[in-house]
Amino acid sequence: MSSTNLDVFMPVIILIALAIIMFVGAIGVVGKLLRPHKPTPLKETPYECGEAPVGSAWSNFNVRFYVVSLIFIIFDVEGALMFPVAAVFKDFVAIGAGGVVLGSLLLFILILASGLVYCWKKGDLDWVKSFQLSEDQLKKLNEVEAR
Amino acid sequence: MNNTIVSYLSQFEGHQKFLAVASEFLGFDVTALVGFVIFFTACFILVNVAAAIGGLGTYAERKISADIQMRQGPNRVGPYGLLQFLADGVKMILKEDVVPAQADKFLFNIAPLLALSGVFATLAVLPLSSGFILTDLNIGIFYLLGVGSVVGVAIFVGGYASNSKWSLLGGMRGASQIISYEVPVTMSIISIVLLSGGMSLVTVTESQGGLPHQWFILHNPFTFIGFFVMFIGTLAEANRAPFDLPEAESELVSGYHTEYTGMKFAFFALAEYAEVFVLCGIVSALYLGGYKVPMDLGNGVFFVENLGLPAVIGKNIGQLLQLGAFFTKTFLLYYVVIWIRWTLPRMRVDDLMTLCWKYLTPISLFNLIGCAIWVYFFENQSMWSVIFKAGAAGAGHH
Repeated sequence: MSSTNLDVFMPVIILIALAIIMFVGAIGVVGKLLRPHKPTPLKETPYECGEAPVGSAWSNFNVRFYVVSLIFIIFDVEGALMFPVAAVFKDFVAIGAGGVVLGSLLLFILILASGLVYCWKKGDLDWVKSFQLSEDQLKKLNEVEAR
Repeated sequence: MNNTIVSYLSQFEGHQKFLAVASEFLGFDVTALVGFVIFFTACFILVNVAAAIGGLGTYAERKISADIQMRQGPNRVGPYGLLQFLADGVKMILKEDVVPAQADKFLFNIAPLLALSGVFATLAVLPLSSGFILTDLNIGIFYLLGVGSVVGVAIFVGGYASNSKWSLLGGMRGASQIISYEVPVTMSIISIVLLSGGMSLVTVTESQGGLPHQWFILHNPFTFIGFFVMFIGTLAEANRAPFDLPEAESELVSGYHTEYTGMKFAFFALAEYAEVFVLCGIVSALYLGGYKVPMDLGNGVFFVENLGLPAVIGKNIGQLLQLGAFFTKTFLLYYVVIWIRWTLPRMRVDDLMTLCWKYLTPISLFNLIGCAIWVYFFENQSMWSVIFKAGAAGAGHH
């Protein structure tokens, strides 16, 4: 049997379709017939340990999550670019041309690692960024406070 | 080459005969139709098996935790309480479906579906055995990383759409944790791809052997460390303790699914337990030899030649043995995951990020470099053959 690309990806489509059928069947059809539906205003408020909720949850949020996602994107793209090289590396070693591929791979990882070192040094990897004062600054601060 | 369960079955005579007879009877070429029916049946079975494993996972979790804490655990419904998960399912489906008034209704309703379809889609490339794999994509691991991330999106969407502060915090933590731990996991996977020379999960498994010293975990020192990096990373990606910060019940009530009730909550739970199974399966395929059976019993040649069985039966016995090997390894890992959950306390959120970015990521980069250099200098031999060759050469000099 010839296998074209569409044949090979067929199970993926079927599996997602089954997930949708399961979800809609359990929640939209069977569940709808069986479960009670008595909404009250109190029931529909978000849970805040018994207190009345203050404001919406959709407000400004901690920026640290954003920094993490930025670092992640850099690493993930580099990882995605390394996959094809990794897949053919063994074949290149077998025909004796592994040195070139190894060199470029190491160069690539070096750039990635220097990015990591930069982020580390800058303190972006710390969850709680520390702003520790140097000795001189501390001395100055003490002088100001003493005055 | 892309193997699927259809191409596995079509090598048998019966399949060809059936195709010929059915085509003659119906008057058109039924190859595509039969292929679709086989795919659908196999997918249906696998989805049900995954759902049952997810359900029994909750049972196993409660039973093992009870064992660890010297309690009884569920023991009323069915023999040894085995049907507890079905009773829970019935209870869940009878519960009222409460949607918060301020929530983003569309996203709120679609988040559990995202989690569920993300996990089910990863089942497609799970290498249960060399023949009974739904589809052996030549980009298998890459596909898995991509589709597996949908669960992270689902957690974030669920947390955001609830419009509750607990949910939002849980969702944010979940998203940042999952994407962070994806980096060391990706690096560990790349080092395995380097060793096996292919991204298909069957290629990866086939380049290992049946016995422990032929597995990738003992291939060289770097993969030995890589296994633990990958295992810790998968624990974090599946939001399992000690990394279950997105649903940390002592600080965030219930995390990203605080506002979810009834079946929607059940689908989140099912997706989580099924994902643990899938990830354990992937770790066992990448590092622990996956479906490989010792002494090459898996290809069925032994049964045909020594026991005189017909080729069809011998081959399928081999496949069943492979299935058994895969599930044994996967369930052992599953047990370890549950064991870890009930042994270690939860980590703090800044410790979590420190562990990922300052320890696991540099270690996995180091492993990647080490594996690349190993493949280059030792031409992909395992450390055992390197050691024994060195030993033999040393003995020769005397």
